[in-house]
Amino acid sequence: MNVWIAIGLTVAGCYLAKLLGLLVPAGVLERPLVQRMAALLPVALLAALTAQQTFGDGQQLVLDARAAGLGAAALALVLRAPFLVVVGAGVLVTAGVRALA
Amino acid sequence: MAEQTAPPESTGTPGARSAGPPGPAAADRPDKPDAAVVRDALGVGIAVGLSGFAFGVTSAGSGLSLLQTCVLSLLVFTGASQFALVGALAAGGNPYTAAAGAFFLGVRNAFYGLRLSQLLAFPRAVRPFAAHWVIDETTAVTLPQPTRRAARIGFTVTGLTLYVLWNLTTLVGALGAEALGDTDAWGLDAASPAVFLALLAPMLKSTVERVTAGLAVVLALTLLPVLPAGVPVLLSALAAPVVLFLSGRTKPGATPQDPEDTPATRRGKTARQEKEERHS
Repeated sequence: MNVWIAIGLTVAGCYLAKLLGLLVPAGVLERPLVQRMAALLPVALLAALTAQQTFGDGQQLVLDARAAGLGAAALALVLRAPFLVVVGAGVLVTAGVRALA
Repeated sequence: MAEQTAPPESTGTPGARSAGPPGPAAADRPDKPDAAVVRDALGVGIAVGLSGFAFGVTSAGSGLSLLQTCVLSLLVFTGASQFALVGALAAGGNPYTAAAGAFFLGVRNAFYGLRLSQLLAFPRAVRPFAAHWVIDETTAVTLPQPTRRAARIGFTVTGLTLYVLWNLTTLVGALGAEALGDTDAWGLDAASPAVFLALLAPMLKSTVERVTAGLAVVLALTLLPVLPAGVPVLLSALAAPVVLFLSGRTKPGATPQDPEDTPATRRGKTARQEKEERHS
C-alpha cells in the first residue's frame, strides 16, 4: 500500500510540474534566479542520489563492489561512451568484483 | 528516458553524450527539411528509449511488482524521478519522502514546458496531453528547431518514440529481472547510481555546478547514518540555494557562463527580459 501511495503522489506531482510549465504565462517562471535554481536543483539531487546509492546500505555507509562499478561508469563517461555503455560498465564491473570477492 | 540526455541547457548539443546523434546541434538552418527533424528525433528517442530496460530491472530488483513498475513508466514518464522513487523505497524510505525526492527532480520539467510552450504554441486543449511528454529529451530536440513546424515535428516524434520504447523496455526489464532472481548478484544494484552519474555528468558545466554537486554529496553521506531513509537526499537539495547564494555574494550578478543564452533560446525571450539579464 505504501508503494502505491508513493506512486500516486509521484504521478500527480510530476504531471502537474510538466503541465504547469505549459499553462502559466511566460515571465512568471522566467526570472534568472528561478531559472538558475531550477537548473541547479537536479545537480544537487542527482549527486546526492549517486552517493547514497553507491555508499549507502540502509543507514550505514559501506564501501563495496558498487564503488568499483561507479568508478567504471565514471571512466566510461570520461571516454564519452553512450548512455547504455556507461550503465553497462557499472553493472558488469560490480558483478565482476562481487564474483571475485 | 527523461534526463538521459544532456539537458537542453548544454548549449545546443542536446543529447550529445547519452543519446548519441549530435543532430539537433546543427539545426539552426531556416529551411530544415522535415526528414532531418525526424532523424534527429528518432535518434534521441530510440537511444534513450532503450534504457527503459535499466529502469525495469532496477524497479523489479527494488521489490516493486510488475504492475507498479509499468505504471511508473506509463504515468510518471520522467526517468530520474522514477529511479529516485524506486531507490528511496528500496532503501526503506517512507512513501512521502520518497515521492518528494522524485517530485523535486521532476520540477525542472516545468521550466522546460515554459520554454516549449512559446515555441510549440499548442492549442490549450492539446496542452494537457502534450504535457506528459515534456521531459529532457523532447526539450533537447525541440528547442533548437528553427521553425514552429520543425519544433512540433521534433517534439511529437521524440515524445512518441520515447514513450513507446521506454514503456516496452521497462516491461521487458521487469520481466527479465524476475527471471534473473537475485539482481544484486548480477551487479544490477549499480545500474541506478550509474544512471544518476550519467545524467549528472553533462550538467557539471561550471564551478557552480561542481561545487553544488560536491556539497550535496558531503551532505548526503554525512546525514545518511543519522536521519531516516530518504531525508538525507532531500536535505542535500539545499546545496543548490546555498551555492547559488554564495556565488551571488562573491560575484554579484556574474552568471556562471550563461549556457542558455543561445540563439535558439534567445528567440523565446522578450527584449525586456534580455535587458534585465544583461543588467543583473
